Amino acid sequence: MKRTITMTVNNKELTLDIDVRASLMDVLRQQGFTSVKQGCGVGECGACTVLVDDVPVDSCIYLAMWAHGKNIRTAEGESRNGELSPVQQAYVEAGAVQCGFCTPGLVMTTTSFLENHKGEKPSREEIRVGHAGNLCRCTGYETIVRAVELAAKKQNEE
Amino acid sequence: MFPIEKYHMAESVQDAVRALAEDENARVIAGGTDVLIRLHEGHADYRNLVDINRLDELRRIWKEDDGSICIGALASFTEIMNSPLVREFVPVIGESVATVGGPQVRNRGTMGGNICNGAVSADSACAALVHEVDLVIQSPDGERVEPVLGFHAGPGRVNLKTGDLLTHFRIRPENHENMGAAYYKYAMREAMDIATIGCAAGLRTKNGAIAELRLAYTVSAPTPIRCPEAEKTAAGQPLTTDTLDAIAQAVEQDVKPRTSWRATKEFRMHVIRTLAARVITEAAAKLGEQVA
Ligand SMILES: Cc1cc2nc3c(=O)[nH]c(=O)nc-3n(C[C@H](O)[C@H](O)[C@H](O)COP(=O)(O)OP(=O)(O)OC[C@H]3O[C@@H](n4cnc5c(N)ncnc54)[C@H](O)[C@@H]3O)c2cc1C
Ligand code: FES
Ligand code: FES
Repeated sequence: MKRTITMTVNNKELTLDIDVRASLMDVLRQQGFTSVKQGCGVGECGACTVLVDDVPVDSCIYLAMWAHGKNIRTAEGESRNGELSPVQQAYVEAGAVQCGFCTPGLVMTTTSFLENHKGEKPSREEIRVGHAGNLCRCTGYETIVRAVELAAKKQNEE
Repeated sequence: MFPIEKYHMAESVQDAVRALAEDENARVIAGGTDVLIRLHEGHADYRNLVDINRLDELRRIWKEDDGSICIGALASFTEIMNSPLVREFVPVIGESVATVGGPQVRNRGTMGGNICNGAVSADSACAALVHEVDLVIQSPDGERVEPVLGFHAGPGRVNLKTGDLLTHFRIRPENHENMGAAYYKYAMREAMDIATIGCAAGLRTKNGAIAELRLAYTVSAPTPIRCPEAEKTAAGQPLTTDTLDAIAQAVEQDVKPRTSWRATKEFRMHVIRTLAARVITEAAAKLGEQVA
């Protein structure tokens, strides 16, 4: 059951023959976007989070078919010319990365969260609610909340 | 790979209805947050899919001339929460769907899927029951309207037939005007957890007394339910703690909670009684009224 789809991934247009049974997560990983992590596979952990037209979705429960004509962003595309994005940089500075498995998904959730809170100082509660779809086994979340606060501050100073 | 055996991307509502009518095993896939999980588990029931994701007309949220609020079956929970019309006229629907899963799930999951899936824990069900939403359904015989009261037929079962496609929900003015409504989801965790008990109240008052109470629960019986005994007990009574106590007593006749790994029957009954008072108090506050 093959179909041809065209999608933009990190500003590059891709035309692919995909299987209608494939998730977007499978297709992106096959294309080398291995920042998209395969965790639970059932929408619980957020490790596979990508932005579809700037909206975060769990790519493990998103058919690749649905990406046709859409603009996809993964963590690979957030750093430019070897430089980390402000959100990625904030995760490093806040020490919010331990094993790192959850990090690419969280970075994408934070990126969208801050794009929706431009010029605001989100409360810790808002940050927690906004990141409730991403699980982390290592950090205890405190450093993640700090990373988001730091990234928000940087964004507002820009 | 999901074990999909037949797949049709519908190009129009008519095309979707035709594809659904042709094959009694065909199922709609909307946001896929239930269907893809079932397929991941290897469930045989969801192998023939009719995909409605290209039917953008089903994503709309609009107001009709008679004051009815309409929510397209494909509108995501996030779109519903953020809709100015929902916030102004039926805010409890937005507040309910804001409790579903996390942001990623809310960006994909739909109220259409939440109700059609028939789960007894569906977070949009209480608000739908309180507002007595109409389900507008397209079938090979044309359009029909089903009230949400009675739409749930049993655990995981709803009154949809082969060829049926829900296009939108309609909330008529008599089911939202001058009504204060509130929802509370009792769950073990604050996020990413399904309800142990969900409860909503829709309240109308007159001169400080209860003119009408609509009280609904999830996970308190085999389907989401309204509470006729509690509602009768409330009618015409003053808005006092004594009345709330009487309602909480009466509600015991309406519910049939069960013991599960999440909670025992006795504990559920306690939560059920407690939530009645809480949501009614909140619904009253939305009307600017206080419980004396
Ligand atoms: C991690 C996670 C957490 C979740 N947490 C919650 C929660 O807290 N609360 C909660 O209530 N739910 C929760 N859910 C369940 C789920 O998100 C909802 O039930 C969702 O509303 C389903 O909508 P959908 O569009 O994804 O439906 P789909 O999965 O596409 O479809 C669900 C069912 O409805 C049918 N259907 C869908 N649209 C139509 C239509 N227009 N006409 C006819 N039939 C249709 C399908 O055939 C299928 O049987 C969670 C799911 C996940 C993965
Ligand atoms: S792998 Fe997609 S949410 Fe866990
Ligand atoms: S850093 Fe290890 S899972 Fe989050």
